[in-house]
Amino acid sequence: MHAPDGFLNAGTAVATGAVSLGTVGLALRQVRERLKDKAVPLAGITAAFVFAAQMFNFPVAAGTTGHLLGAALAAILLGPSVGVVVVTIVVVVQSLVFADGGLTALGYNILNMAIVPAYGGYAVFRLFRRVLPKTGGGVIGATFLAAWASVVMSSMAFSVEWLFGATAPVSFDAVFAAMVGVHVLIGAGEAIISATAVGAVLASRADLVSGAADLNRRQLGDRRRVRTRTFAIAALMVSLVFAAIVSQFAIDDPDGLERVAEDTGFAESGSEHALADSIFADYATSGVGNEPLSLAIAGAVGTLVTLAVASGIFIGVRERRSRDPATV
Amino acid sequence: MAAEPKIVAAFLTVVAIALTPREAIWAFGVYAVLLVALVRIARIPYGFVMTRLVAVAPFVVFALFIPFVAGGERTEVIGVSVSIEGLWGAWNIYAKALLGASVSILLTATTEVSDVVRGLGVLRVPAVLTSIALFMVRYLELIADELGRMRVAMSARGYDPRWLSQVRPIANSAGALFVRSYERGERVHAAMLSRGFSGTMPALRHPTATATNWYAVILVTGAFWVIAVGAMVVA
Amino acid sequence: MSARVVVDGVRFAYPDGRKALRGASLVVEAGERLAVLGPNGAGKTTLALHINGIYEPQAGSVTIGDTPVTPETLVEVRRRVGLVFQDSNDQLFMSSVYEDVAFGPANLGVTGDQLEARVAKALAGVGASELSARPPHHLSGGEKRRAALATVLSMEPDVLVIDEPSSGLDPAGRRDIIATLLPLKMTQLIITHDLALALELCPRSVIMNEGVVVADGPTRDLLADDTLLSENRLELPYGLVLKRGNGSRS
Repeated sequence: MHAPDGFLNAGTAVATGAVSLGTVGLALRQVRERLKDKAVPLAGITAAFVFAAQMFNFPVAAGTTGHLLGAALAAILLGPSVGVVVVTIVVVVQSLVFADGGLTALGYNILNMAIVPAYGGYAVFRLFRRVLPKTGGGVIGATFLAAWASVVMSSMAFSVEWLFGATAPVSFDAVFAAMVGVHVLIGAGEAIISATAVGAVLASRADLVSGAADLNRRQLGDRRRVRTRTFAIAALMVSLVFAAIVSQFAIDDPDGLERVAEDTGFAESGSEHALADSIFADYATSGVGNEPLSLAIAGAVGTLVTLAVASGIFIGVRERRSRDPATV
Repeated sequence: MAAEPKIVAAFLTVVAIALTPREAIWAFGVYAVLLVALVRIARIPYGFVMTRLVAVAPFVVFALFIPFVAGGERTEVIGVSVSIEGLWGAWNIYAKALLGASVSILLTATTEVSDVVRGLGVLRVPAVLTSIALFMVRYLELIADELGRMRVAMSARGYDPRWLSQVRPIANSAGALFVRSYERGERVHAAMLSRGFSGTMPALRHPTATATNWYAVILVTGAFWVIAVGAMVVA
Repeated sequence: MSARVVVDGVRFAYPDGRKALRGASLVVEAGERLAVLGPNGAGKTTLALHINGIYEPQAGSVTIGDTPVTPETLVEVRRRVGLVFQDSNDQLFMSSVYEDVAFGPANLGVTGDQLEARVAKALAGVGASELSARPPHHLSGGEKRRAALATVLSMEPDVLVIDEPSSGLDPAGRRDIIATLLPLKMTQLIITHDLALALELCPRSVIMNEGVVVADGPTRDLLADDTLLSENRLELPYGLVLKRGNGSRS
């Protein structure tokens, strides 16, 4: 998902750039406070780990492979601010050195691949830590769901950015449906790998899992899988939220692409729309149009993701303050 | 040549390319010629550039779909209905993505990674970030090698996963690798303390950019901007 | 310059409860080369990390020359004690060998031409001058070992502690390291499994086991004592027979 140059317009590039700069700057200050003089070697080496982990592909199905995003994992292991800084550095170096992601696209690439999945994923993690049992198994379960959510949120953020800064008249609805739809599936891989990896770390050095810092040894040792029922309820909660959003499309139109075809017919029958005005101008099928609905969805999604990210930042800051410095 | 001028040049050049109106096809042609010339001057093998450009491929493929999916007025190309705006949109992404990536690749091919990071430091990126990035670059090969060796060891024992459900062993080893990496980080920290480290990296002398370096930057960047502005004016 | 090292009754347990040192004591005279032998898990590396204050003893003390190792004296101690780690990769963390060798003296406040001179001297001392501009991850095992040694020698320490100098090296690399260590004049503590190296370099040795020093004496005598060796999971390399006159070189 390393977007190249020219993918989104200049305004979006600048705006997301400013947001990313500010957020990473904030996170950086926390990194220094949390890790002190260990910041450079520890963050550096874990950045190398995340980079290496992203390089390797894992099997998805019948020979196709996928790649790990790793932001949620980094946030759960290292804490959200350290996680964000680490993944940001990975994204920047990938862009500068490997041409993986455009230089002018850094603003939204950092936002989508570091800030949103790390902070947002962490917020989901903490949410589910409350709901799931306070055990090692609970931590693993929360990681699973958080990692999944992080991937979906990342694609949602991308879609919302497309709404504002698209350089081609592909509707928000179509992009959203395609991106988020695909990433709901990809999220499974991220979820399994992140949860398993956290489990492995818990087994040998539980003190390295920042997200499990509140557990004592007995609780950590309880690695019983979260009871299927609890897990199912939790997963259901998450799915309901996502389904509520996606179902909006089903109500009005069974197929985003089909809608485009209708528009085509509509357009050919003589109606003119000034594309310059609105990306949705060509989506009015029966006059009332999906514009308000699409915008509502975009708004809901944008709010959701922003809320999640903000929660992640807030929790991260609060944790740092209440944490006994001696345990760092 | 020091890295900072090259980084500034790369960044400004990509911005110029990104701001160029897509309708000015001639401008992109000139960019391509300029870039090829730079590749020749820097004596970079074309193969090197081509293999790196593969990274942009997925998005170029996405761009190819746009004309079919996009809305707006349509036209026919070899009997297939495509959106005109969509065609422009696809061209826009295609041209800028490839050219932008080429500029990056030019930077990479002519500058050591660690010099790039240090160049960023000269350009006022906070020292903490550049120090972390330098460490990352230093230990990346080591860790990637370890990961690679783990995979080889697992395949040697018949592990050939094709489905997501079989991914647990890799993920387990990834977790173990994280622990080992972290512990190495702690040892490196001890080694740093042993050599007098007190929290800030010492300032070591590095080649600084000369005036000639900066003139070259202004020349190259200027060329691109002249074209970009020209295209904006004409459009 | 060289300093006397005194380790007196040091006790240390790791956070997970594992007792690594249970009252370890030894003395190394100024300018002396002492080998620290013993099985895995004996506490040798842990002890090494006490000598420059990375770990703080939970009981007992460590003294370098006239300076006791305490949280207040750490800066001074680290100027005087150079520690070469088991894994050279842990010690070569900069982007080039030059920077790694310069790191130590730069932290001590050495700058400019003086710094360059120190680096050049240290690299020449280990025969690694041509490695100066190379990135450490592209070096061979032996080259890394020598570069790591240079990073410490550039600080001009009074005491050198080396953890497993010959492990993982081919015979030529091993010979290089031994040849490099021989002319060095500062006090040296050499932790090693390589008994032949201990015999060649160190007139005196201690054997550690389970966190304490169980034997202390001339290397030759310790290695000639089969019972002592087998009690501590040590064994002379095949073919090494201790004849009269087969002593250490320095």
